[in-house]
Amino acid sequence: MPIEVNGKSFETDEEGYLVNLAEWEPGIAEVMAKQDELELNDEHWEIINFLREYYDEYQIAPAVRVLTKAVGKKLGKDKGNSKYLYSLFPYGPGKQACRFAGLPKPTGCI
Amino acid sequence: MAKAEFGVPELTQYVEVPAIKEGAMAHLKPFVVNNPDHNTDLGFPGELIDDWQTKAVEKLGDLCSRYRSLRVYLDSCVKCGSCTDKCHYFLGTADPKNMPVGRQDLLRKVYRRYFTLAGKYFPKLVGAEDLTRETLDEWYSYYHQCSQCRRCSVFCPYGIDTAEISMAAREILDSIGYGQKYCNEIIAKVHKVGNNLGLPGPAIANTLEGLEEDVWDDAEVHVRFPLDVEGAEVLLVTPSADFFAEPHVDGLIGYGKVFHEAGVSWTLSTTASEAGNFGMFIGSYENMRRVALRVRKAALELKVKRIVFGECGHAWRVAYAFLNTLAGPFDFLDPNYPVPQHICEFTWDEMQKGTLEFDKSENDDKVLTFHDSCNVARATRMGDLPGGQFEIPRNVIKAVCNHYVDMHHETIGERTFCCGGGGGLLTDDLMELRVKGALPRMTALKNAMDEYGVTHMAAICAICKSQFTKTLPYYGMDMDQIVSVHQLVSNAIVLNRKTPPPEWAEEEDEEDE
Repeated sequence: MPIEVNGKSFETDEEGYLVNLAEWEPGIAEVMAKQDELELNDEHWEIINFLREYYDEYQIAPAVRVLTKAVGKKLGKDKGNSKYLYSLFPYGPGKQACRFAGLPKPTGCI
Repeated sequence: MAKAEFGVPELTQYVEVPAIKEGAMAHLKPFVVNNPDHNTDLGFPGELIDDWQTKAVEKLGDLCSRYRSLRVYLDSCVKCGSCTDKCHYFLGTADPKNMPVGRQDLLRKVYRRYFTLAGKYFPKLVGAEDLTRETLDEWYSYYHQCSQCRRCSVFCPYGIDTAEISMAAREILDSIGYGQKYCNEIIAKVHKVGNNLGLPGPAIANTLEGLEEDVWDDAEVHVRFPLDVEGAEVLLVTPSADFFAEPHVDGLIGYGKVFHEAGVSWTLSTTASEAGNFGMFIGSYENMRRVALRVRKAALELKVKRIVFGECGHAWRVAYAFLNTLAGPFDFLDPNYPVPQHICEFTWDEMQKGTLEFDKSENDDKVLTFHDSCNVARATRMGDLPGGQFEIPRNVIKAVCNHYVDMHHETIGERTFCCGGGGGLLTDDLMELRVKGALPRMTALKNAMDEYGVTHMAAICAICKSQFTKTLPYYGMDMDQIVSVHQLVSNAIVLNRKTPPPEWAEEEDEEDE
């Protein structure tokens, strides 16, 4: 099912993940968030940007602990936990935030 | 938390056997493989083949000739009804095709039509039916609503194993190019990258370095999480979720601390960075073998003397019951230890030797109970005594926690209820089934909370942990009420073996100054 962003069409898979990672642009995250009834603010973007940087380096989304630690270092210890991440991304940082960031869905026993 | 797009069952004190609702779950089927590579990488046709009917029937005949057990299961059901109310998915969905006998009959009716004399000549008299597209789609739907937990087989007077029937059905589906996306994509990743998640070596190394830092920051002890270290005593094979998810990773930290305190050198492997073996879920001997052979190869390359498996339910079934057949002989390992050994056995042995010290009060904020994972409970053993698979994990918990209570006896041990997400169903497209199937376990847990003040439930399976993290909130409980057994060990273990500070810690200190 394709999504429309700024007049352009992007292909997504049956679970709503962007098919071609290289096509990602910030507007895609905005549109996906709107579909999930979320408004993206700076706090969301901190996470989305970190996910993309990490993916660039390691070709995989960061582990939950890696993510919470990085967030804790950057935004303060009280935010370095999965409760905080779930407050931003109610469907889970691993899955919902990855989708906004254009990353493939992490699958496995998780 | 996530909003449910389906009715979540209400928790009451007992799980009532529901009045049947025909077709209640007929709408649900997981995504079919859409990338043909995920089929062909596993040796299956890329998409549904034209002559699927002939080939499916042939495959059923082939499986019946290869597995005598399957033929016996298909022949011997007498419709006694004993299994009907034993499946968590039936109890949660009321769909009669989720009764174990209803599920079996989907395959049995086709088996009778093509492989029994009565079915060939008088099909209507014996409930035999042609394989139609409708039946094929029902196979796809309902054989992906079975978590292969084998609870029903405990109650079947003939010992019919629905898991084996569901594995056979999935193998038939795969053989004609009608595979499930979740399982096949994951197996393809294991073949390609080495683990279910697709974590490349550098990502694992980065994660493990982070764990060393965390333990150092916490306890000023350099507990190592070694990767690909040749000549280590133990190769630890653990589910890749242990590197990635919570509470899994807290268990991994626990394993590392146990090895550290026991003074046993160990290593993880990038190529065998997955204990899980989804080859079993899809009934494919060939894929199960390919996945298992990585463990043998890594053990040989790293020249280890022992293999230990981390907290993963179905991995332990494959490891305990099939590893020697699939990837043996393991005559190059130390014969003084079980091949392979479960991490709970390892920890319990060390506890008995007295090498580990614990401060149980570290877990005093919790009242624990233990969820027996289906594959460990009904398909394996631990230690030397019958029932060791129930006793040893509980012994470990009780050695590190002051407060422990069991859930109702009909919901634990060999009668344990599946978490609702096992057997290759731990995927978002089956969330409705997963939530409804969790009902019996959620009920037992809630009762233990109300009656005994239980706060947390421990498990030794990556799937169970992820499934409960997701489903607990649907039932009004907290996602972090599910914990790893070795997370509890990690909380309580006293790190007596002091180490010099790691190089990076010294650098950090200098930076601080």
